[in-house]
Amino acid sequence: MKMSKKFRSNLITYALVIVAFIICQLAVEGTIDGFKMSRSLKGQLVPICVYIVMAVSLNLTVGISGELSLGHAGFMSVGAFSGIVMSSWLVSAFQFENETLRLIIAMVTGGLFAGIAGVLIGIPVLRLRGDYLAIVTLAFGEIIRNVMNCLYFSLDGAKLYIGFSNPNLPGKLLVNGPAGATGVDKISTFVMGFALILFTLFVVLNLVNSRSGRAIMAIRDNRIAAESMGINVTKYKMMAFVTSAVLAGMAGALYGLNYSTVTAAKFRFDTSILVLVFVVLGGIGNIRGSIIAATVLTILPEVLRAFSDYRMLVYAIVLIVVMLATNSPLLMNLVERIRPKKKTAAKEGEAQ
Amino acid sequence: MTQIKRKSDTKMVPVPSMAIVPERDIDKAPVLEARHLGIEFGGLKAVDDFNLVIGKTEIAGLIGPNGAGKTTVFNLLTKVYQPTTGTVLLNGKDTHGMNTVQANKAGIARTFQNIRLFNNMTVEENVRIGLHNQVKYGMFSGILRAPAYWKQEKKQHTQALDLLSIFDMQDMADVKAGSLPYGAQRRLEIVRALATNPSLLLLDEPAAGMNPHETEELMENIIKIRDKFQIAVLLIEHDMNLVMGICEGICVLNYGRIIAKGTADEIQQNPVVIEAYLGKQKEA
Repeated sequence: MKMSKKFRSNLITYALVIVAFIICQLAVEGTIDGFKMSRSLKGQLVPICVYIVMAVSLNLTVGISGELSLGHAGFMSVGAFSGIVMSSWLVSAFQFENETLRLIIAMVTGGLFAGIAGVLIGIPVLRLRGDYLAIVTLAFGEIIRNVMNCLYFSLDGAKLYIGFSNPNLPGKLLVNGPAGATGVDKISTFVMGFALILFTLFVVLNLVNSRSGRAIMAIRDNRIAAESMGINVTKYKMMAFVTSAVLAGMAGALYGLNYSTVTAAKFRFDTSILVLVFVVLGGIGNIRGSIIAATVLTILPEVLRAFSDYRMLVYAIVLIVVMLATNSPLLMNLVERIRPKKKTAAKEGEAQ
Repeated sequence: MTQIKRKSDTKMVPVPSMAIVPERDIDKAPVLEARHLGIEFGGLKAVDDFNLVIGKTEIAGLIGPNGAGKTTVFNLLTKVYQPTTGTVLLNGKDTHGMNTVQANKAGIARTFQNIRLFNNMTVEENVRIGLHNQVKYGMFSGILRAPAYWKQEKKQHTQALDLLSIFDMQDMADVKAGSLPYGAQRRLEIVRALATNPSLLLLDEPAAGMNPHETEELMENIIKIRDKFQIAVLLIEHDMNLVMGICEGICVLNYGRIIAKGTADEIQQNPVVIEAYLGKQKEA
């Protein structure tokens, strides 16, 4: 009985994503008259996918594992740069041109390197608790960004050169320190972004509803009790942290390969905070909420272009109002009463 | 007399003698032996020279006035604290250097004085956490939904409901643990501890906040659990009806030291115990 309840909730989440994808696909192709997506919104499709994956993966750390991490953009940047390097290397070494396969390999590489970074950072960080952990993840996020700022990669045929603060490398410079990666093949597609979202949901939802996921949540709920039930706290915290880092790395690769120029400055502290806002707004621990919040808040600045200069002000006000609304018992009662209406509204918001 | 030159300078200490265990357990190794156990917090001896032997299927009681160090003893036994002196033998095995997780795997499970359930998880999930090291499968089997996942999940489900049936709690399996009434939360903690397959169950004030009727039921259930699982139980309790009603060996603690050990009758008549609880009688 309980399983079916959770199963249904997961099914709704998958269905929501798939329906939104189909509607978007129709709007992109413009098969139905008068139902066509604007250019600026089309450009937002891949970033939306990226931010959804970022939000869902951060929710694994913040919501499921209960550790406030402020360095999520760091893993994204590791994924982005390793993905870009991998994708370019495949072309120059093997003349490997299949874009979809290249993107998949790039995402796997990005996930792998972000996972390694996750392990390295997790070992010192996960010994800390609460505010201290948050601050140290923040510091590590900045460290990663600064290291990326000093990295130089160049390609000479099949040979890959790596330089640290040294741009004098043979061959064609691929990643140029602070100037970032230039001349990147834009191989990211909305379809692949959608596939990555499904993959992320599959991993996160299945993990949460398994023995390991329950152990992770038990540690969040009561660490001392979990320990005395024989649960290895370090192991399961690490599991959540690294899984989250891997998914962020894959999202990073997708993000990096969506632009012709990517600099380390794009993965600043405020990107981590932005993703955290998605998670908090969507409800901590609520995966579906993260998806909707990431979508709406990525579209919002585009929609608000009409306000021109006051755009970010309106954005901030909307944010505050929504935060207040979701925490007000009075309004929650009201929402409860008009629930069916609200659900369809949310879906339409997702689809525009 | 000629002086014999000794080659060895070993210091001999007494292994705590006069330990009592139930007669039925006399031919079995004791489940727990605490030897000269002690801990200091910045010079304060919270527990000092604590010696205790618990028989294989004994229901033992640990009583004492507030602040006597009873919960500290529990924390020492479960390795939440590392003792400054002495050792704990669990089923004859030294627990020196173990942490809480290892102590649990070695066969010691506990409940808490201030209930520590996983409040955001359901009753069944709480019990499943107890089964964590009993019914296993890996992270990737879980994510990929491998055959091991389905098989072991089903096994966990059956075992969890089985354990819940001890307290007739199967119907509450889907309720959030945090929303259970107080008495049920205490019972759930016992079930969760039992799920870890312990050889010694530590209960920290299991009857706190229960009405007399519930306490009566709890006493029967503790005996039932002992008989069914053939395990030892050590409980801390202030409710003397419960302690005197079911405990076979009782140990009284005051200011971190054991002041009396014995059966219920012996303890009730012990003048030192009466003094500790009621204060010294004025001399006429």
